Amino acid sequence: MTTVLSVQGLQVAIGKGAHAANVLRGVSLELQPGEVRGLVGESGAGKSMLGRAVLGLLPANAAITAGAITFAGRDLLAMGEPGRRGLLGRSIALIPQDPMTSLNPVKRVGHQIAQLLRHHLALSKREARERAADLLAEVAIREPRRVLDLYPHEISGGMRQRVLIAMAFACDPALVIADEPTTALDVTVQRQVLQLVERLRQRHGSAVLFITHDLGVVAKLCRTMTVLHAGRVLEEGETAEVLARPRHPYTRALLAATPRADRPAEALRPVPPVLIESLWSEAYRLDRLAVVGTA
Amino acid sequence: MRWGEVVRRLILIPPTLFGVAVIVFVLLRVVPGDPIAMMIPPGASSEDILRLRVFYGLDQPMLQQFITWLGQALRGDFGRSISVHQSVFELVLARLPATLELALLATLIAIVLGLITAMIGIHLRGRRAEWVVDGGVGILLAIPDFLWALILLLLFGVLIPLLPISGRIDPQLDFSFRSNFYLLESLLTGRFDIANALLRHMILPALALALPFAALVARILKTSLAEAEDQDYAQIARARGFSRPEILLREVFPNALIPTVALGGVQGTLLLGGTVLVERIFSYEGIGNMAIDAVINRDFPLIQGLVLTFAVLFIALNLAVDLVVTLLDPRLRHG
Amino acid sequence: MVDLALAGPAAPQSRWIAAVKRGGARLWLGASLVGILALVALLAPLIAPHHPLEQDLMSAQLPPAWVTGGEAAYWLGTDSLGRCVLSRLIYSARTAVAVALIAASLAAAIGIALGLIAGSFGGWVDQAISRLIDVWMAFPPVLLSIVLAAVIGAGLTSVIAAIVVVDWTRFARVVRAETMVQLRRDYAAAARVIGLSRGGLLRLEILPNLVPLVVTLLAVEMGIAILVEVILSFVGISVAGDVPTWGGMIAEGRQIVYQAPWIMALPIGCIIASVIGFNLLGDGLRIVLDPVQRQ
Repeated sequence: MTTVLSVQGLQVAIGKGAHAANVLRGVSLELQPGEVRGLVGESGAGKSMLGRAVLGLLPANAAITAGAITFAGRDLLAMGEPGRRGLLGRSIALIPQDPMTSLNPVKRVGHQIAQLLRHHLALSKREARERAADLLAEVAIREPRRVLDLYPHEISGGMRQRVLIAMAFACDPALVIADEPTTALDVTVQRQVLQLVERLRQRHGSAVLFITHDLGVVAKLCRTMTVLHAGRVLEEGETAEVLARPRHPYTRALLAATPRADRPAEALRPVPPVLIESLWSEAYRLDRLAVVGTA
Repeated sequence: MRWGEVVRRLILIPPTLFGVAVIVFVLLRVVPGDPIAMMIPPGASSEDILRLRVFYGLDQPMLQQFITWLGQALRGDFGRSISVHQSVFELVLARLPATLELALLATLIAIVLGLITAMIGIHLRGRRAEWVVDGGVGILLAIPDFLWALILLLLFGVLIPLLPISGRIDPQLDFSFRSNFYLLESLLTGRFDIANALLRHMILPALALALPFAALVARILKTSLAEAEDQDYAQIARARGFSRPEILLREVFPNALIPTVALGGVQGTLLLGGTVLVERIFSYEGIGNMAIDAVINRDFPLIQGLVLTFAVLFIALNLAVDLVVTLLDPRLRHG
Repeated sequence: MVDLALAGPAAPQSRWIAAVKRGGARLWLGASLVGILALVALLAPLIAPHHPLEQDLMSAQLPPAWVTGGEAAYWLGTDSLGRCVLSRLIYSARTAVAVALIAASLAAAIGIALGLIAGSFGGWVDQAISRLIDVWMAFPPVLLSIVLAAVIGAGLTSVIAAIVVVDWTRFARVVRAETMVQLRRDYAAAARVIGLSRGGLLRLEILPNLVPLVVTLLAVEMGIAILVEVILSFVGISVAGDVPTWGGMIAEGRQIVYQAPWIMALPIGCIIASVIGFNLLGDGLRIVLDPVQRQ
C-alpha cells in the first residue's frame, strides 16, 4: 500500500534575503490511502501554506527552501509544470474555502464542471454533461439538470460549496485537500457538508487532508490529526487519542479554547514560539520520564 | 439590466435632446456673431440684409424662434443652412456616412490593437518587460487624437509621402453609388479599386482616432485581466490542472471584458468627438469637418442640426454599450 | 532569515520619504518636465533670442540652423513672416502655462463646488445637478468649446471660458461620487453623532480626503487645458492674432507643411512634452498622496 502523500521536513519561506520569514519549519506528514487527516492550528500557523505547497500553488513571494513532497511515490517537487498539471484536478484535488468567490461568475455551473471532466477524462460534451448531472446528484442537489444551466449567483452559498465538493471528487482523486471548506458556512450547513465529504470520500476512495481551525469538525470527520503551530508539527496521531490525551500544553490550550456546550471556553492566549520550544522540550522530558518512570 | 431600466433610458432620451437643443439655441443667439453678416457679399443693401433676416426668421423674438424651430424639427424639418443654402437634414445625411465609416474603421483598429497589446502585457505580467508595455501605453494615452493626426500627417504624408493627406477619395476616380457609404458599397459591389483609394485616404485619420482609444482599451483590459487573474476562481483553476494561457483565455478574459466594455465603451464618445478636428486636419468630408465650418460661419440651423446629431450618436453609443455589458455579465440580467 | 514570530516591527521610515520613493520615476520625470515648462514660461523675455513678433521678411521660412540653408541667428528657423520660431515657441509656453493655470483652477473651483453640493445634499439637488452634468456631457467637448469660443470671440478669456465650461463636469462628477462615498462611511456618521454640522463635516473630514484626488485631476486638467487651447488656436478662434501660441503655429504650419514642416513639427513636440509632463506629474502625485496606499 503506497502512501498517498508524504511530506518530509518541508520548509517554506516568504520573502527574500534578510526579510525572509519561515512559514513552515520542517513539517512532516503522511497520508495513507483513504485516510482522513485533520490539519489544525490557528490562523497563520501555516496550514494553508502546506496545502498550497502540495498543490504547487505557493504565492509568488513564497518558496520551498527544504524538504520533499511525494505523491504516490512520485516526487512532486522535481516534477515539472506539465506533469503536475496532469495530476491536479484529477488525482490531487482541492476543495476551496470560499464558495462565493471560487466559481467563475460568468459561466454556468454545468459548463464549469463539464470543462473539468473533458479536460482530464476526455469525455464528449454529452458524456460530460451526464456525468456532471450525476455528480450534482451525488452531492444531494435536487434537480441537478436544472442547476447545470444556472449561474453561480443564482444558487445559494451552501449549494455552491456542494458544487465545489462535487468538482473535487469528479475524477476519483486519490488525494483531496480540503482548505477550510466549512469556515465560510454556518453551523447547520457545516454538518451537511461534512456528511457529504465523508460520503463522497468513501464512494471515490480518496484520502482527505482536512485543513481547519475548528477542532469540532476534526473530531467529527477525521480519524487522524496533526496539530500545527508557528510552522511546526506539535502533535499528531489518532484523533480520539490526541483529543483525549493531548501531550502538548498548546494542544490542551487549543482544546480548552474550543467552545463546548458544557463549559465556557477559555481564550487561547498566544504563546510565543520561544516558549513553545521550551514547553515542547519540557513536555518531551516529562514524556520520557513517564515512559521511563512508573507514572 | 431589467427591461424597465432599458425603457427608462429610452424615455430619458427626448428630454436630454431637448435640453441639448435649448442650450445650443440660447447660446448661439445670446452672444455676438451674426450669421447674416458672415454670408452676405460686401456692398449688399440694408433691405437685402433685412430680407434675409426675415427669411431665416432671425427677426423674431428668441422664444418664437425656438418654438418655430421645435415645431419644424419634430416634423423632420431642421431648417436650411444659412451658409450652404440646402436643407440641414439633407446636408447632414449626405456627410454622416463618411464620418460613420471613419469612426467604425477607427474603432475596429483600436479594438484589435488594444486587444493585442493587453494580451502581450498580461503575458509579461510580473516580468521586467512589463513596464515597457505600460510605459508605451501611457505615452500613447497622453497624446490626443488631433495631435496624432498632425504627427501622422507629418510622418506619412509629408516626410515620407506614402499616403494622401486630404479628402475622402481621389477626385478623378469614376463611380456612382446609391448611398454615401462609399467604403461599404465599394466592398459589396466588388469595386476594390475604389475601396483601395478610399482606404488610402481613410487610414491616417482612422489611425489618429484609433491610437488613443487603443491605448485606453489596452490599459483597461490589461488591468481588468490582472485583477480577474487574482480572483479566487482563477487561482483555483490552476489547482485543477489548467495552464495559464488556458485560464487567461477561457476563464479570465470573459470576466475582464465586462469592465473593459463598460469603461472603454463610454470613451468611444471621445472617438466620435475627435472626428471634428481629425477630419478638419485631413480635409475629410464628414460631419466633423462640416461642424467647424458651420461654427465659423455662425450657421445656426446647421450648428443646431449637427450638435443634435452628435448628441444622438453619443446617447445611442452609451445605450449600446450598456446593453452589451448586460449581455456579457449574467449577474446584471435579472435585477 | 528571520523567524516569523521573533521579528519585531521594522524601523518606521518617514512616511513622506517612503511615499516620494513610491512615486518613483513618474513623479520626477513629470515634475521635471512641468518645471522646465514653468521656468521657460517665467523667463521667456530673458531667454528668447528675438522678440516673437519681430518680422524679418528677408529671412522668411528659414530651416533650423543645422539644416542646409539655415542661419545661426535663427536656431530653429523662421516662419513665413520671418519671425524666429524658437522665440515664438518660448513665448507660446507663457501663454500655455497662463491658460493652463487659470482655466484648470477655475474649472476645478466650479466643479468641486457643484460636486460637493450634489454629493452632500443629495435628493433633488443631486438629481438636478446630475441631470445638468448628463446633458452637458452629451455635447461633443470639442464642438462645445469651438462653439463657445466662436461665439464669445477671440481672446484669452474666451479660451479660458471655453475650457472651464467644457471640463468642470470632470471635477464635479468625481467629487460628487467621492463625497457620497465618504459621507456613507462610518466616520462621517460618527462625526454627525458628536454634533458636527454638515459644513463642519465637509471641511474637517471630507475635504482633506478629496485633496489627493483633486490634485491629480488638476495636473491632468492643466494638460487638457493646453490641448484645448491648441485646438482652438488651430481652428483660428483663440487668442488675438499677434500673441504667439503653439496651436497658432501649428495652424500656420499646416498651410505650408510641404515647404516648411518644422514650423508644424516643433510646436507639436513642445505640446507632447508638456502634456506628458502633466500626466506623469498627476500620476506621480496620486501615488504619493493616496492615503490608502500610504500604509
